[in-house]
Amino acid sequence: MQCEVCQSREATIHLTEISDGVRTETHLCEQCAREQGVAAKSYIPLNELLSNLLNAGPKEDAAGKSAESDTVCPHCGYTLNKFRDKAVLGCPYDYEVFEKELLPLIKKAHDGSTVHSGKIPSRMPRDKHKQMQIARLQQQLDDAVRKEDYELAAKLRDKLAGNQKTEDR
Amino acid sequence: MKLTEISGNINEWFNGEGPLGDVVVSSRVRLARNLAGYKFLAACTVAEKSEILRKLKDILMGLNLGDEVFYIGVDKTPVLERRFLVERHLISQHHAFGKGPRGAVIARREFFTAMINEEDHLRLQVLKAGCQLRECFEQIDRIDDMIEERIGYAFSPKYGYLTACPTNLGTGVRVSVMLHLPALKMTGHIEKFLNAAKSLGLAVRGLFGEGTDAAGDFYQLSNQITLGVSEKDIVSRFEKAIIPEIVEYEHVARDRLLAKEAGVLDDKISRAMALLKNANLISSQEALFLLSHIRLGLNMHKHQGASTPAIEQLCSLGSDGGDAGGKGRISIATVNRLFMLTLPAHLQLNYGKELDSTHRDALRAKIIRSALNG
Repeated sequence: MQCEVCQSREATIHLTEISDGVRTETHLCEQCAREQGVAAKSYIPLNELLSNLLNAGPKEDAAGKSAESDTVCPHCGYTLNKFRDKAVLGCPYDYEVFEKELLPLIKKAHDGSTVHSGKIPSRMPRDKHKQMQIARLQQQLDDAVRKEDYELAAKLRDKLAGNQKTEDR
Repeated sequence: MKLTEISGNINEWFNGEGPLGDVVVSSRVRLARNLAGYKFLAACTVAEKSEILRKLKDILMGLNLGDEVFYIGVDKTPVLERRFLVERHLISQHHAFGKGPRGAVIARREFFTAMINEEDHLRLQVLKAGCQLRECFEQIDRIDDMIEERIGYAFSPKYGYLTACPTNLGTGVRVSVMLHLPALKMTGHIEKFLNAAKSLGLAVRGLFGEGTDAAGDFYQLSNQITLGVSEKDIVSRFEKAIIPEIVEYEHVARDRLLAKEAGVLDDKISRAMALLKNANLISSQEALFLLSHIRLGLNMHKHQGASTPAIEQLCSLGSDGGDAGGKGRISIATVNRLFMLTLPAHLQLNYGKELDSTHRDALRAKIIRSALNG
């Protein structure tokens, strides 16, 4: 497809704009796109990502309040609306208090991951290490089931069962 | 320590040395950490922030980093000095112009900074010249261990290191490289690089981080995903997959310039030299833009053996004030030095007082002229 502006180079940037229900398409080459100030965004700014995701959440009801916005963190007094407003959380416990609402955002920001698999502080108690291993195995198991890799899923299930047994002791 | 003790020189990580130094200017790894038992900063009172600051300052000043460390009370530091620290990449814009009690512990050789009370209680960073991400990570990991022996971090078995913003959750690690990509820009391929970076889930920012443009063809490339992947995997993906590819891409663009557009390249370098050697007023943006072409010419001479008339002339320019011999000693370090020392806050701090923009432009032009005319 040719660029609509220079009519010579290959169009590699395709814009679709929907305004008042009318859909218009524009096809440009990189150079003309740049000249027209239509550069492809290299990344979504974090704040934009946050507010887009959180605003896409449950809508407020007629009274202007949703059930979730009533939840107040007992440790820092934060609500989800305050997080929306400030784009940062009030305290570490917010990850538990607002877990349900934060989870989609965490998934989106980290390419689907919801479990830590990096460094573990050395001063963390041994049983917590164990808990982390179990959480990781559980995530791997969920991934395997989603991908329908049942052979791997069976192995992970056995491993998980072994781990949980030692945990119970 | 007075900042003027360091402001007259470039820092170690900007010396143009280091692996793949013709494209990868520097490597940086930073960690975001919060103390267990405290709220995140947005919910802290001033008294709580002061307590966190005091605790972390005491710990950090007591660490053995193999270099002298100094402390800067950022909230009590004059604006010009804060701007200087940002230009130097020692603190972030956010930290320089934030609110409340906050500080920075900095190693004198500038390879290490700890920002206290930035967005998180603690932001550690290690910087090195060229492509040295693994070395940066190993060093910052050791420093992180030393701190953790003395104080507990907010950590969850499920989510890892807990950060004020969920986008840093997990490892809290941000790995970044500063790249100089003038040939990709000149050949019109930079958008492809930006799109490729985006599709790999990476962020691209300008010279001074978030919200800044790519002045001087410098781009900072960093990871965005911090959860579900280990620090070592993030670093190794950068070192083994991402960086070699970009370096190759820039090298191909440089080869192409030389083979097919040597006249254009030659003209850009000639023009840059002519302006830099003769201008009486030069803005910071223009200096970055022109010096970028000079840096490209020198690197192409050194690494590609390029020798167009303008590059030959360029190589016989200037005086470094270092080796004996007078002429013909312009080096990448000289150009990097001009990049950094002609930034607005550097100029003013070294001059000893604040200057309006016309005076800054005149001083900048003078410094560049004297370096290039020898």
